[in-house]
Amino acid sequence: MLYRETGQFKTSYAADMAIFPIRQDRIALGALLIFAFVGVPALDAFQVWPFGGEYLIRAILIPFLILSLAAVGLNTLTGYCGQLSLGSGAFMAIGAYSAYKFGTGVRIPLEIFTIDIPPLPVFWCILLGGLMAAFVGILFGVPSLRIKGLYLAVATLAAQFFFDWLFIRVKWFTNYTSSGSVVAPDLTFFGLYVNKPIERYMLCLIFVTVFALMAKNLVRGNIGRQWMAIRDMDIAAELMGIRPLYAKLTAFAISSFMIGVAGALWAFIYLGAWEPLAFNIDRSFQILFMVIIGGLGSILGSFLGAAFILVLPILLDQVPHALGIAVSVETVSLLVFMVTGALICWLLIVEPHGFARLWSTGKEKLRFWPYPY
Amino acid sequence: MVAFGQFLEVFISGLLAGVLYSLVALGFVLIFKASGVFNFAQGSMVLLAGLALVRSLDWLVAKGFPVWAAIIAGLLFAAVIMAITAFLVERYVLGPLVNQDGLILFMSTIGVTFMIEGAAQMLFGSDVYPLALFPNDAWFLFDKAFDGGILVSKIDVWGGVIAAVLVAGLALFFQRTKTGRALRAVADDHAAAQSVGIPLDWIWFVVWLVAGLVALVAATVWGTKLGVQFSITFLALKALPVLIIGGFTSVPGAIVGGLIVGAGEKLAEAYLGPFIGGGIEYWFAYVLALVVLLARPQGLFGERIIERI
Amino acid sequence: MRAPSASDIAAGEILLSIENVSLSFGGVRAIRDVSFDIKKGEVRAIIGPNGAGKTSMLNVINGFYQPQHGRITFKGETRTKMRPYDAARGGIARTFQNVALFKGMSALDNIMAGRTLKMKRGFLWQILRVGPALTEEIEHRRRVEEIIDFLEIQAIRKVPVARLPYGLQKRVELGRALAMEPELLLLDEPMAGMNLEEKEDMSRFIIDVNDHFGTTIALIEHDMGVVMDLSDRVVVLDHGVKIADGTPDAVKANQDVIDAYLGVAH
Repeated sequence: MLYRETGQFKTSYAADMAIFPIRQDRIALGALLIFAFVGVPALDAFQVWPFGGEYLIRAILIPFLILSLAAVGLNTLTGYCGQLSLGSGAFMAIGAYSAYKFGTGVRIPLEIFTIDIPPLPVFWCILLGGLMAAFVGILFGVPSLRIKGLYLAVATLAAQFFFDWLFIRVKWFTNYTSSGSVVAPDLTFFGLYVNKPIERYMLCLIFVTVFALMAKNLVRGNIGRQWMAIRDMDIAAELMGIRPLYAKLTAFAISSFMIGVAGALWAFIYLGAWEPLAFNIDRSFQILFMVIIGGLGSILGSFLGAAFILVLPILLDQVPHALGIAVSVETVSLLVFMVTGALICWLLIVEPHGFARLWSTGKEKLRFWPYPY
Repeated sequence: MVAFGQFLEVFISGLLAGVLYSLVALGFVLIFKASGVFNFAQGSMVLLAGLALVRSLDWLVAKGFPVWAAIIAGLLFAAVIMAITAFLVERYVLGPLVNQDGLILFMSTIGVTFMIEGAAQMLFGSDVYPLALFPNDAWFLFDKAFDGGILVSKIDVWGGVIAAVLVAGLALFFQRTKTGRALRAVADDHAAAQSVGIPLDWIWFVVWLVAGLVALVAATVWGTKLGVQFSITFLALKALPVLIIGGFTSVPGAIVGGLIVGAGEKLAEAYLGPFIGGGIEYWFAYVLALVVLLARPQGLFGERIIERI
Repeated sequence: MRAPSASDIAAGEILLSIENVSLSFGGVRAIRDVSFDIKKGEVRAIIGPNGAGKTSMLNVINGFYQPQHGRITFKGETRTKMRPYDAARGGIARTFQNVALFKGMSALDNIMAGRTLKMKRGFLWQILRVGPALTEEIEHRRRVEEIIDFLEIQAIRKVPVARLPYGLQKRVELGRALAMEPELLLLDEPMAGMNLEEKEDMSRFIIDVNDHFGTTIALIEHDMGVVMDLSDRVVVLDHGVKIADGTPDAVKANQDVIDAYLGVAH
């Protein structure tokens, strides 16, 4: 009964075009944001269950936020623009290593002069990481004008394998460390030293909130409509004056930018020290699954998918444990494989638009409740 | 002559390795032709078939069966496992998804991949299991002409012979049998084939079964070469550029694509690798595929796509 | 506004002319040396039996197919082929024989997508969605709502088009084309598969578009009643060749046309 829009009259197109046209949705989102920005730090300060220790924030919330950002990025490309990419891990790596290089100083000796950029502040490093990823994204997006569908998906694998190799073999990127593993610079943002998990969490939250909002604005505006038009019927779109070049390359750029920023955050804030392996093809699949399970073409879905994929292994580990069944670590990881795989098939069969569509169907039902129509 | 001998050795080993990629790529082509499904799970099917074979083989031998009997029984057992897989996949995943968009089907096979990988290792274990169906040492050919001769690995030659037999067998199956004819009809046009009374779900089951058996054959060769282990699933990823180059719908394309990729990456590694840091085998095939795609978006042997509206 | 009368059109300026256009795919010659013109403000019908090359002709006009021979003059500018983007920019809009809507989007978004060429704000503004970008979005929404009112599809504006019945999909597709504010509107079988009532509705919309907005229309249609009622001039194609061109009455009486439709005894 609570979820009704009866009596909420819209008197302007602006009101009808708001992010959440229904009042209850606005209230719910506001409450969620207040909880994320105020509630979580407060609960952490008082160590209320389940915030005791740092486990929840460090091992669940921070990765959730960062991978959600990556999923939002991939969703703009795959969900909205219809270009399947299996190279998200590579673009995260580009973001991470670019940020690392800018954070430790870039020095390229050329014939005539030497490019010498001093170490930059971390905040700019992260954004530059995103920009580098966007740049490479555009390069790899150019073939999408000729190559479509599955062929393109395979082409994005070329990016994945090439950058895997590049960051392992070309020592310049890792500043010639002997092990190939690198350590992020200290996290100082505009004079503030960010170190405690709750501080790192707040940082990620700010990045993710801002970028998710921007993504939402894009997908419901003119560019978003161009992306979807290309996705749904590229020929008709072209005949209406939508330029495939512009639409696809903006999608690649925006998507890679967000994935690149997510990569930089993942390296700097979550991992601290990392190896190229952190961004291999398994990462690409993980993010793709978040998008599929959460819902292709839904920003909200990206968050739901990320939450699910992260929580599933923990659940599969904890539930048998709580029931007193001994399960080995290896069995859990195999179970995760099977359940994820089965769930993907199941969702594609019953609801190709993922959790996000199930969610909105639920809301639709609720609006008419107790009547079915 | 040393330089030429070296070149020949790299080239031949590349071609033979390429044939082994083709073995995996063949499975993809069969399923794609008949159902339009791009089956990402082919690599995991190789793993499943290999595990089923090696584990039953080991068990039977340990029970005291003669080796030849154990091999036959093991192959049969693995074939039955592949048939069960084909049935389950057709019945519970692809059947309900019929007429969906190609990308959705592709993603569903990624789901299938994960299920098979999880289930296979849970049922049969997840260690490295050595398999010794074929000799795994090497010949040294032409040692009169070249210093030290040309090293050719026996297992690679076996792989080539088996691939040739397999392709011939498949060609006979497609051309001469009733089921083969039905398969070709379905590949041309689902709806038309159905309207003349060809049962689609049966055909798709057969296709997945054949692809499963191809996976089993690939598993015998690859298992002997590397041991049956999880990393065998990465073969699927290696087979993708082969498909891109050969085209998704062409059996000869899969073979030629495999040869190009195999020889290309070995030569690139040997002659280009030292200059830009080794390990370029890792991505060379993909970049090659990308270049081919830019020139011909449908692959070398793929059918030309005419857009209409 | 007053609809242009037949004499106006006869004297009127030529909006688009096709000269000696030929198009072939491999060995198949879809269009052979066809010439005709479309005058400003008229409703021009293209008719012919199946496989006559009608849709191919529309595809040539808006640049989806590029002819091997011939010239196309649109708004005084002559070229050997159109490009889809130039055609759309120049004011050629189009509906399709098999509805080609953007299936994943709502009716409203589909029609809004038709405004793409009119929207100027770059994506930095759109990311922020404030100021000029928001004003622009609202302004275009207002124009789209006028089209929605005109086509009487208010009730379905937020429904994903894939869920709409065929007749309404056709109407949304017309709306999407109208949103481009075209000078030349190409309609490919706008009434295929409709019942009588739907056909009457669609005819009314086409007449209104022509009357009120002064839009020039080229349409392909199989329903001869509709063609004879709506169109000012008719061109008839058969096997890629033009066999007649003139007023509906003249075409109706033409022996070649009758033969093409009914077959000739040999």
